[in-house]
Amino acid sequence: MLSVDIELRRGDYRRHVRIEETARVVALVGPSGAGKTSVLNAIAGLLRPQAGRIVVDDRVLFDAAARVDVPAHRRRIGYVFQDARLFPHLDVAANLRYGRHGGQAQARFAFDDIVALLGIGALLQRRPRHLSGGEAQRVAIGRALLSQPALLLLDEPLSALDAARREELIPYLQRVRDELALPMLYVSHREEEVRRIAEAVHVLD
Amino acid sequence: MVPAFSPEEITAIVLSVKVALVAAVASLPLGVACGWLLARREFPGKALFDALLLLPLVMPPVVTGYVLLIAFGNQGVLGQWLRETLGIQLAFRWTGAALACAVMGFPLMVRAIRLSIEATDRRLEAAAATLGAAPWRVFFTVTLPLAWPGLVAGAVLAFAKALGEFGATITFVSNIPGQTQTLSAAIYGLLQVPGGEAGIWRLTAVAFVISLLALLLSEWLVRRQRVLQER
Repeated sequence: MLSVDIELRRGDYRRHVRIEETARVVALVGPSGAGKTSVLNAIAGLLRPQAGRIVVDDRVLFDAAARVDVPAHRRRIGYVFQDARLFPHLDVAANLRYGRHGGQAQARFAFDDIVALLGIGALLQRRPRHLSGGEAQRVAIGRALLSQPALLLLDEPLSALDAARREELIPYLQRVRDELALPMLYVSHREEEVRRIAEAVHVLD
Repeated sequence: MVPAFSPEEITAIVLSVKVALVAAVASLPLGVACGWLLARREFPGKALFDALLLLPLVMPPVVTGYVLLIAFGNQGVLGQWLRETLGIQLAFRWTGAALACAVMGFPLMVRAIRLSIEATDRRLEAAAATLGAAPWRVFFTVTLPLAWPGLVAGAVLAFAKALGEFGATITFVSNIPGQTQTLSAAIYGLLQVPGGEAGIWRLTAVAFVISLLALLLSEWLVRRQRVLQER
């Protein structure tokens, strides 16, 4: 259950965003400049809305009126960025192990399972600069999952890839969707991609 | 052919390196803190803070030395406190020379550190935060490992600057052979006596070589940071 009702402002840019979704996998679509990434950043705690409320599964992450603003590192929101953002000074295994939301005791996703799910077992000793775009994005998804998030945000994870690589990655995203009971919010501007991954669509205009 | 250094010259060289090394290493943590503040935080009075840090770079070194003498001299408030509580005397000691060098080198150090922290990708820090890393962990596991060559480059610059420091040092701790007579002070001393030319040349060559090596090292470190950040 995702409930977002926020006011975003940056300079002259002003936008009111309202999302109420009960579906587990939601696509957020809309033209570029509609503020899709800003909404994800606000949910992740990387961007502070001017006003409003963000609630994920009954956890209030942000509430301007009640002066609640949970810092990003305590929100348990996994974030797969458009540009992977792997740590260049760490190898793949260390990147995957970087996250530690919730501690190991209540770990929902196990290291070996996620590595197998995403097919990245052969990459563990490599540095990010020796990965292809698709490999890097799979590692980024694995890293986000292994931080044991309560919600996974994906910001156009396929947009930096060519058509063939996109085709390669979509089945992995579908496996993540089907095999892990994890709420996901997926930003994209490709209709076809959205149809193949999301259960519900929220249009931002 | 190795030039024959006199014992006094060797003493001055060793003392200079010791003073410069201590100055650079001891001021590094504070330099990192200030560089990070300037690179990553907005706060009221930031412009003034930045200007105050830069002040030793543009103020006459004699003035900086005099201010140190007033504050840390045996009659100074801080100097008395340090001597009575910690037993540290700075005035007319090599430790005082190290303090003067640290102050003079600090603007260069902070500038280099600030640039290297500014050059590290904030988006990686944001990614670390979404993975559950508290700000201190982000700093030690992402910012610092990516910026370290720049930090060391800052320390090397401060070391090179400290090696050549003269005005503030001689004002604060005077020119005592074996205690506060650094390379620059020794050269200056030799200029005052007839027949000192050979010694001046030897010490000048040493200063030239050490400074050049330090600059080359700092440039190499900055390039190393760029390689490290490549993705």
